Amino acid sequence: MGGFIFRRVLYMIPTVFLVSIVTFIIIQLPPGDYLDSLAAEMGEAGVDNTAVVEQLREQYGLGQPMYLQYWKWMTGILLEGDFGISFEKNLPVTDVIWDRLGWTFAISLLTLGFIWAVALPIGIYSAVRKYSVGDYVATFFGFVGLAVPNFLLALVMMYVAFKYFGQSVGGLVSPEYLEQPWSWGKFVNLLQHIWMPVFVVGTSGAAALIRIMRANLLDELYRPYVVTARAKGMSEFQLLMRYPVRVALNPFISTIGWILPTLVSGEIIVAVVMNLPTTGPLLLRALLVQDMYLAGSLILIVSLLTVIGTLLSDVLLAWVDPRIRYQ
Amino acid sequence: MTAIDSATEVQAAESVKTPALLGPWALMWRQFRRHRVAYFSLFIVGFVYLVALFGEFLAPADYLKTNTRAPFAPPQGIHFLTQDEDGNSRFQLHSYGLKMEVDREAMRRHFVPDPEKTIPLGFFVKGYEYKLLWLIPTDRHFFGPKDPDQTVYFFGADRLGRDILSRIIMGTRISMSIGLVGVAVSLIVGVSLGGLSGYYGGWVDNAIQRLIEFLRSIPTIPLWMGLAAAIPLDWPPLRTYFVVTLIVSMIGWTTLAREVRGKFLSLRHEDFVVAARLDGLSDWEVIRKHLVPSFASHIIASLTLAVPLMILAETSLSFLGIGLQPPIVSWGTLLKEAQNIRTIIEAPWLLIAPGSVIVITVLALNFLGDGLRDAADPYAH
Repeated sequence: MGGFIFRRVLYMIPTVFLVSIVTFIIIQLPPGDYLDSLAAEMGEAGVDNTAVVEQLREQYGLGQPMYLQYWKWMTGILLEGDFGISFEKNLPVTDVIWDRLGWTFAISLLTLGFIWAVALPIGIYSAVRKYSVGDYVATFFGFVGLAVPNFLLALVMMYVAFKYFGQSVGGLVSPEYLEQPWSWGKFVNLLQHIWMPVFVVGTSGAAALIRIMRANLLDELYRPYVVTARAKGMSEFQLLMRYPVRVALNPFISTIGWILPTLVSGEIIVAVVMNLPTTGPLLLRALLVQDMYLAGSLILIVSLLTVIGTLLSDVLLAWVDPRIRYQ
Repeated sequence: MTAIDSATEVQAAESVKTPALLGPWALMWRQFRRHRVAYFSLFIVGFVYLVALFGEFLAPADYLKTNTRAPFAPPQGIHFLTQDEDGNSRFQLHSYGLKMEVDREAMRRHFVPDPEKTIPLGFFVKGYEYKLLWLIPTDRHFFGPKDPDQTVYFFGADRLGRDILSRIIMGTRISMSIGLVGVAVSLIVGVSLGGLSGYYGGWVDNAIQRLIEFLRSIPTIPLWMGLAAAIPLDWPPLRTYFVVTLIVSMIGWTTLAREVRGKFLSLRHEDFVVAARLDGLSDWEVIRKHLVPSFASHIIASLTLAVPLMILAETSLSFLGIGLQPPIVSWGTLLKEAQNIRTIIEAPWLLIAPGSVIVITVLALNFLGDGLRDAADPYAH
């Protein structure tokens, strides 16, 4: 087991290296850089600041060839934990992002919990009561959940919440709690708000998992070992939980690998709509104004954490399923 | 005597119907039709593509024409009976004109239907000029106000007084074709790379599989956002369109490649493949003539399931403002109009109309793909 984990971590290194290169290429793709847009803005204001801009360019190393810039950025991150500077905010990237990344992952993990809590019982139910009314309802909602884009669902929920429940929408806490320190009231207020993004982001994932759970369990339900257990006189519920569900659960765990990237992606887009204090709006803004180190760091860290999440799901799967060989 | 006997025998044998042998495609069609929802979805999808094809004919108004006198005009209903001067009721499709009212308390203008003013509606009416199927110049439209100078907003109007229904119809062309073009790109890349991977195995397989794993491990939205944000805003619309399509299809091919690889691996040592190879066919011929036809149905099913994903991806990107840009009308750019809650509350039709079109189309495509996947293997069970 230890060797298996070690090898998997070793495999991760080239992946992470590739991710960092791809990220850097992406943020370098747009023609020009932040200083160009800055110069354009200054030019509009009627100030001739060519000298200042040139000096800034020198300072940030923006005129250097790409591989040098990449080298500088990477060594900064690896050796000093320095992700560069956010041009727009004029702050080190590290000061800006950790808070927001925390929220993104908090919401993503909550969503994962939500998906499991919903998909597991419904999936089991629709497999055991195949072709019942409940199964059809679950299937139908599953398909609808897959068909509604996240941001559309977010808009509809905000509309309903605002129009019929009079709830303040957008953000994670009500405006009056924004600047306050953490308190019980703020926490309750947070709970009143956070369920909405969690629900919105989780719907499509839950829909997909219900289908997977149903299909897996249907494969197991009519196996001889189930008949044997039934013949022993086990109660139906106990039997279900002890044998077929446990076997059907394996693919369920392995899906964490692909579900995490989708959750993070979904969270980012929903955050823009709902105006959440997470990475989404920050990343969009950074990309639009070519705040390249900020955008790059965000993409890099989000991808990195996803890779780690995938690793965890592999390890978890190997631990749960004794049939998996650590080769 | 014997000659006559044998003749009648032959006749008798001919009259006994030999059971028709159905080919694999006929069997699939049969299986597919049994999935009622999928069968029904086939018609919806067909209808949506027809709308995309005959967009200008179906659109009641010019989708680019703005109207400063009707910003956020609400949807106008269709009524059936009118009264002429003598007070007799007569059947005539019509809509009521709009009257502007000023709400003094909220300091806001809004529109109410004005029963005094009726706008007669009809089929095959004259409207703006266009070229049907990019070829035939005409000015006939399927349905709309009889007076070409009038505009009726069946689904309401947007911020600039443009007709939402016409914009949705014209957006259908862009959104649906992005799905098709994207899938075509995924098909080519996915089948070639998946085929290479499965047919040759070894280090080629290893390299391609690692590449796929890598692409799948990156969260798609940040990746797409990064790439889409790199598209310069001053690019011509057509180029933006193709680049967005390429970006969207970047992830789609991985699923297909995996599927094709799996099929290749399982078929590689089948007798008919070995026989074909021993007959001296080249690798390419074996793949094209024997392997691809044997799993073409599976590919079609997965492609159908990939189309809605691409449509959703394009919609999301355009909604964020980094995909297609405003002069191009797609379902995503339409929803962009409904981005903040204030607009939605003032003009809910901006969200409801394009939103439901997207959901219905994607739902139908998903059901269709599901039915095709079930039918793809008619020899199962």
